[in-house]
Amino acid sequence: MPANRFNGHSDYGIGIGLRVPHYSHILSKKPVVDWFEIISENFMVEGGRPLQLLDTILEQYRVVQHGVSMYFGSADKPDRTHLKRLKGLVKRTKTPWLSDHLCWGSVDGTYTHDLLPMPYTFAAARRTAEKIRQIRDYLEVPICVENVSSYAEFHASEMTEWEFLTEVVELADCGILLDVNNIYVSSKNHGFNPYDYVNNVPHHRVGQMHIAGHTKFEKYILDTHDHPVLDPVWKLYAHATRLCGITATLLEWDDKIPSFDEVHGEALKANEFIDGAKKAAV
Amino acid sequence: MKRPPKHAPSRIASTDDLRAFQRMMASAITRPLTADDKLQPRWIDGRAMDKVAAEFIKPNDRLTSFERLQLYNRMYWFRLFDAIRDDCPGLLAALGERAFGRLTQAYLARHPSRSFTLRDLCSRLERFILEEPRLTAPRTALAAEIARFEWAQTVAFDGPARPVIAASHLARTPPSRLRIGLQPYITLLELRHPIDTYVIAVKRRDALRSEASNTPGAAAVHRAFRRAALPRPRRTHVAVHRHNNRLFYKRLDPAAFRILEALGSGSTLSRAIAAGGPRVTPAQVKAWFGSWMALGWFCAYGNKRRRAAS
Ligand SMILES: [Fe+2]
Repeated sequence: MPANRFNGHSDYGIGIGLRVPHYSHILSKKPVVDWFEIISENFMVEGGRPLQLLDTILEQYRVVQHGVSMYFGSADKPDRTHLKRLKGLVKRTKTPWLSDHLCWGSVDGTYTHDLLPMPYTFAAARRTAEKIRQIRDYLEVPICVENVSSYAEFHASEMTEWEFLTEVVELADCGILLDVNNIYVSSKNHGFNPYDYVNNVPHHRVGQMHIAGHTKFEKYILDTHDHPVLDPVWKLYAHATRLCGITATLLEWDDKIPSFDEVHGEALKANEFIDGAKKAAV
Repeated sequence: MKRPPKHAPSRIASTDDLRAFQRMMASAITRPLTADDKLQPRWIDGRAMDKVAAEFIKPNDRLTSFERLQLYNRMYWFRLFDAIRDDCPGLLAALGERAFGRLTQAYLARHPSRSFTLRDLCSRLERFILEEPRLTAPRTALAAEIARFEWAQTVAFDGPARPVIAASHLARTPPSRLRIGLQPYITLLELRHPIDTYVIAVKRRDALRSEASNTPGAAAVHRAFRRAALPRPRRTHVAVHRHNNRLFYKRLDPAAFRILEALGSGSTLSRAIAAGGPRVTPAQVKAWFGSWMALGWFCAYGNKRRRAAS
C-alpha cells in the first residue's frame, strides 16, 4: 500500500541498499536516489566513521532502517542494550518505519547471526506478536515484519507460512515487508504455490516490498542477493503490486556487488512492472 | 546456551516449548562441522543425527531432514569463519589456513557470539589463544599479540569518543591533583614483536593479491604473495587509534608509553610523568603532550572506558 500507517504514511518509491562499495560514488557523484535502506546493525556503533558517513548521507537522502538481529520470533526477551542503541539510531535517522524479520536467531543470549524459520504455531505467533508490540511501543516507530527465505520446515507447524505471517501481524497490528524473492525461494524449497502466498496475506498491511536475486542449486534455491532479479520474481512482484498497490520497493544486492549504476538500474526496472497497478488504480 | 532438551518438543503450545525447540535447533546448527564440512553424524547423546533431525525437521522430495539441517549448520560456520577472517587477516597470515581454521573453530565452539553484532566476535580471542596454547604452538605468543592488535583495530574503528578536554582545563588544575582520561577508542599496546608493520605488510599483500587476481597471470602473482615474513622479536610500543575517523598506529617511545599508561589507569599528571622515568626531559614531555593534545587523545577522567558487550 502506498502511504499507510505501517510505513509512517510515507510515499516512498524505489530505493536501494546503502552498501560500502558504493560509498565513494554516492558521496562524490550525489546520484538521485529516492531512498536508501540501511542495515541498522552497521550503524549501531558508538562512534567513528560509520556514524560520520551516516550523517553525511542523512543530509542528502531519505533513509529507512532495516534490521537483521531483532529476532522477533526468539523466545528470549528483547535485549535492553540492543533496544536502547536501536532507539538512538531511530532518532538519528528519523526513519518513517523500521523493518526486521519474522524469524528467530538467538537463544539464551547466544546469537547464530542467521534468520531461522519459525515453527508455524499459534503459541509461537502469540509470543512473536507480543514482542513486536513491546518493541514498537519502546521505539515509537511503525514496524513492518519481513518474511524470510527458508530451507527447512518443522513437524510442529500447525499452519502455512502465510497463515502464520497473517496471524502475527494481525495480533501485533503491525505492517508487512513483503519480500517477493523470499516467497519465491521458499515456494521452490517447500513446494507451494507462491501466488497462494501473495493472494492470502492482508494486503492493506504491506508497507514495503523487497526484490532480490537468488541462486539455484540442484536440490534447493539459496537466497544469495548476488544476482539481478529473476523473471519469475518480477512477475510475482507485479502481481503483488496489483493486489497491494504501488508500494515502497527496495532491491537487495549484498554480495558480488556491481557498480552503483548497475544496482540502481536494476532496481528501477521495477517501474516496468508497476504499470499494471497504475492502470488498475486509474 | 542452556543444554537442549532430550527431544525437540513435538507440539509448540507455549513460550517454554518454543524455547526448548530453539535450544534444540541452535545447538544442532552451532555444533562444529566434521573435517569435510558436514553435519556431525552423531548427536551429543550418541544417537544417530539423522534420527534426531527427523524428529523435528520435515524432509522433502529432494532433501532429507539431516540434509536440511546440515544446510543451516554449514551456513552458520561459513558465516562466522568469513567474519573472523575479515577481522583477523594478520592472524590468518601468521598461522596459515589450517592452524587458523582449527583455532577459530575451537574458539567459536567455546565462545559462540553473545552479541547482536558480528563486530564483537573476536573480543575474547587473545585470551582464548593464551588459554589453549597447543592450538597455535609454537607461535602462541606471536598469535596472541596479533589477536590483541587486531581487536584494538576494531575498537579504534567504531569505539566511542568522549568530548576532548580543553587545554585551559589542564592549566587550571595543579599537576599533583590533575587526572586525565584517555579516549576509549585508543588501545596502548606493549608488544614483543612489531605487529604494526607486520599487519601493514599483510594488508598490502592482500590488496595486491586481490588486484592481481583480476589480471592475467594471476596464479603466479598469487604464489609470490603467499607469505608475509613473520616479525622478529623486537619490543614495540604502539597506540592503535583513529584520527579524523581513519585508523592509525602510532609508535611510542617507551617512556611516553609509560606516561600514557599511567594516565589511563588513573594516576595524577605528576605521577604519570614520573612513571616515564628519570631520563625524560621537560622538553620531551612538552612535545609529547602537544602531539597527544593535537590528536584529541584526552578526555575528562572518570568516564568508564566502555566497550561493546563482550
Ligand atoms: Fe529481504
